[in-house]
Amino acid sequence: MKIGVLSVAAGFLLAAAHWVGYAAADEIGDAESGEKIFRKCASCHQVGKGAEHRIGPHLNGIFGRKAGTVDGYERYSEGLVRAGNDGLVWSLEKLHAYLENPKYLVSGTRMNFAGLKDQQDRADVLAYLRRFSDNPANIPEAQPTAVAPEVELSPEILALVGDPEYGEYLASECTTCHQRDGSDQGIPSITGWPEEDFVIALHAYKRKIRPHPVMQAYAGRLTEEEIAALAAYFAGL
Amino acid sequence: MKLNRRAFIGTGAAAAAALQAPNVWGAAHGRPKVVVIGGGAGGATVARYLAKDSKGEIDVTLVEPTRQYYTCFFSNLYIGGFRDLSSIAHSYGTLASEYGINVVHDWATGIDRDAKTVTLAGGAVLPYDKLVLSPGIDFVDGAVPGWDLNAQNKMPHAYKAGSQTELLKAQLESMPEGGRFAMVAPPNPYRCPPGPYERVSMVAHLLSQINPTAKILVVDPKEKFSKQALFEEGWNRHYAGMVERIGPDFGGDKVEVDPGAMTVTVDGVVEKVDVCNVIPAQKAGRICEIAGINDGNWAPVDGHSMVSRMDANIHVLGDATNQGDMPKSGFSANSQAKVAAMAIRGELTGSKVFPAKFSNTCWSLIDTDDGVKVGASYQATDEKIAKVDGFISQTGEDAALRKATYEESLGWYAGITADMFG
Ligand SMILES: Cc1cc2nc3c(=O)[nH]c(=O)nc-3n(C[C@H](O)[C@H](O)[C@H](O)COP(=O)(O)OP(=O)(O)OC[C@H]3O[C@@H](n4cnc5c(N)ncnc54)[C@H](O)[C@@H]3O)c2cc1C
Ligand code: HEC
Repeated sequence: MKIGVLSVAAGFLLAAAHWVGYAAADEIGDAESGEKIFRKCASCHQVGKGAEHRIGPHLNGIFGRKAGTVDGYERYSEGLVRAGNDGLVWSLEKLHAYLENPKYLVSGTRMNFAGLKDQQDRADVLAYLRRFSDNPANIPEAQPTAVAPEVELSPEILALVGDPEYGEYLASECTTCHQRDGSDQGIPSITGWPEEDFVIALHAYKRKIRPHPVMQAYAGRLTEEEIAALAAYFAGL
Repeated sequence: MKLNRRAFIGTGAAAAAALQAPNVWGAAHGRPKVVVIGGGAGGATVARYLAKDSKGEIDVTLVEPTRQYYTCFFSNLYIGGFRDLSSIAHSYGTLASEYGINVVHDWATGIDRDAKTVTLAGGAVLPYDKLVLSPGIDFVDGAVPGWDLNAQNKMPHAYKAGSQTELLKAQLESMPEGGRFAMVAPPNPYRCPPGPYERVSMVAHLLSQINPTAKILVVDPKEKFSKQALFEEGWNRHYAGMVERIGPDFGGDKVEVDPGAMTVTVDGVVEKVDVCNVIPAQKAGRICEIAGINDGNWAPVDGHSMVSRMDANIHVLGDATNQGDMPKSGFSANSQAKVAAMAIRGELTGSKVFPAKFSNTCWSLIDTDDGVKVGASYQATDEKIAKVDGFISQTGEDAALRKATYEESLGWYAGITADMFG
């Protein structure tokens, strides 16, 4: 009896050690396949020894870094820098979200890329990129076990037609900070956006994928209809 | 859930419509009249939203004695030298010219709830269908022994902005070298929970530039205060050794002042000071008492519509209310005003009524580019306005985030003042 119990415990310990150990890093995706997928990025990004900034910044050491802060790259969008200041750090989860649809994380990002819709493709390219970051065992937020979120919004959510009258009432809560005339002083303008971008952005706050505590709190209690109503109202301003 | 997602809005609105009073004003009655008392964060906002969204269907009168409203928000930044006084002054011209609001510069001195009229100091009598009170705060008599309103020039409160704020700043600027500034902080609940401590920060900022050996004494009846860890971290970092705070464990709740002798006595120990800012305990603006809608020091309201629990034809906003979890802030008053405007329009013109949502964020500046914030979202329950979700800046945040937070507050100031005054 006693021996049996012990061996189960030992087995568990072994499994646990394996789980957090280096070998597990492979589970993030297939880096070999990721190297091929990276060709889609290579028109804008370099990675590896001697990588330089091109249209986009080089991607060495991207895991665990604050967004928009690679030395020497001067063309970051205001949105990405703001997201970094708000607390966006490139964890596996956030990278998945950004690569799935860059606008999901950063409205007005300069990364003009439609996104990798296939979860496996993203996992593979990220496994490849991680070879050029520090030893992942040292980066808790880059743990391969982090669950990759499915960020894409369902077509039904995107197709919801908002009630602009309701939107107008809800918007009165936004205009305490975001000015209705679209001027932008320390707080971004939210008027005249394409409705879909607006919906994507609010859902990303609601699900706490985008940083910023104020927006997370406000968006967190908006329903899908309410988000659609706001989008309809602001798009019409 | 998925099936009736769309239906929800419809049903919600229908249910709300069924709840609202059935009698929508007919043409025979003339345009329904709303009188708003107080042209501050709550009153200016509600007047503007009523006029704007009813598109002329409601006759809105705003009663406010002053022609220039100085926002208390950012008045501490004026003390610190980050804003000039004219940048926090606002007038009512646009509300009158663009929104057709009848702005009357006078004091409301009487309310007859049966006749539904308001009497002004100048003698005019204004009839109303709905009355909104947003008179802010007054001070509780005798709250700080030795101090009353007659002493406000020797020991300013600067808790209603304008000449009081200017006076406090002038006194600080002419303080002797190495002199001592004292603040008597208020007990809960009071207007702007972080306000006194943002003020300490801004006074410290000013003094560290013009009088670096000066000292600051805060006498506080409260054990804890808003954003305490953030303020204390900031004071240590930027103004080391300048600020001393006496809490209730050392007699901060047993304080007396002598404005003639310029002394503050804390638990029997007499302290000589050069400038003294007394912020007494507070209550709803006096007109609420006159209207007879208070319970204790504050006017209780129903969070679904901000209607007074004492009178279905009176709505109360902002600092004067007892509503539940929201702090007394300009942001809160502005947020409540929009809920009230929607509810009043629903009753008077039959427009759609949606479920009340509220929010608040209070930014504070600790030193140049070192901004912090605290805030939450709220919803109405039958019992009170209840907090849903909150957030607060963290100690040890990096300089870029603190700067971004400060810049956010500039955006907010521009946003809320445009939302109030058009
Ligand atoms: C130092 C300081 C800093 C602050 N900082 C912030 C901040 O950063 N953010 C924030 O959100 N809030 C802040 N506040 C709080 C904010 O100023 C108040 O919560 C807000 O102004 C409340 O709005 P209100 O409409 O209730 O009252 P008020 O804005 O005070 O308006 C009341 C108005 O009613 C008028 N009035 C009173 N009685 C009568 C009468 N009988 N007849 C006619 N008119 C009358 C008064 O003249 C006044 O103009 C701060 C306050 C202080 C003191
Ligand atoms: C058309 C050019 C382009 C393509 C293709 C592209 N990117 Fe980008 N990328 C950019 C630009 C430009 C930025 C900077 C964005 C900004 O400032 O908003 C960026 C930013 C990034 C960042 C954030 C960098 C930082 O320092 O915060 C990551 C990560 C990234 N890209 C990964 C990828 C990956 C992986 C791919 C391929 C799957 C890819 N990008 C494809 C142009 C591109």
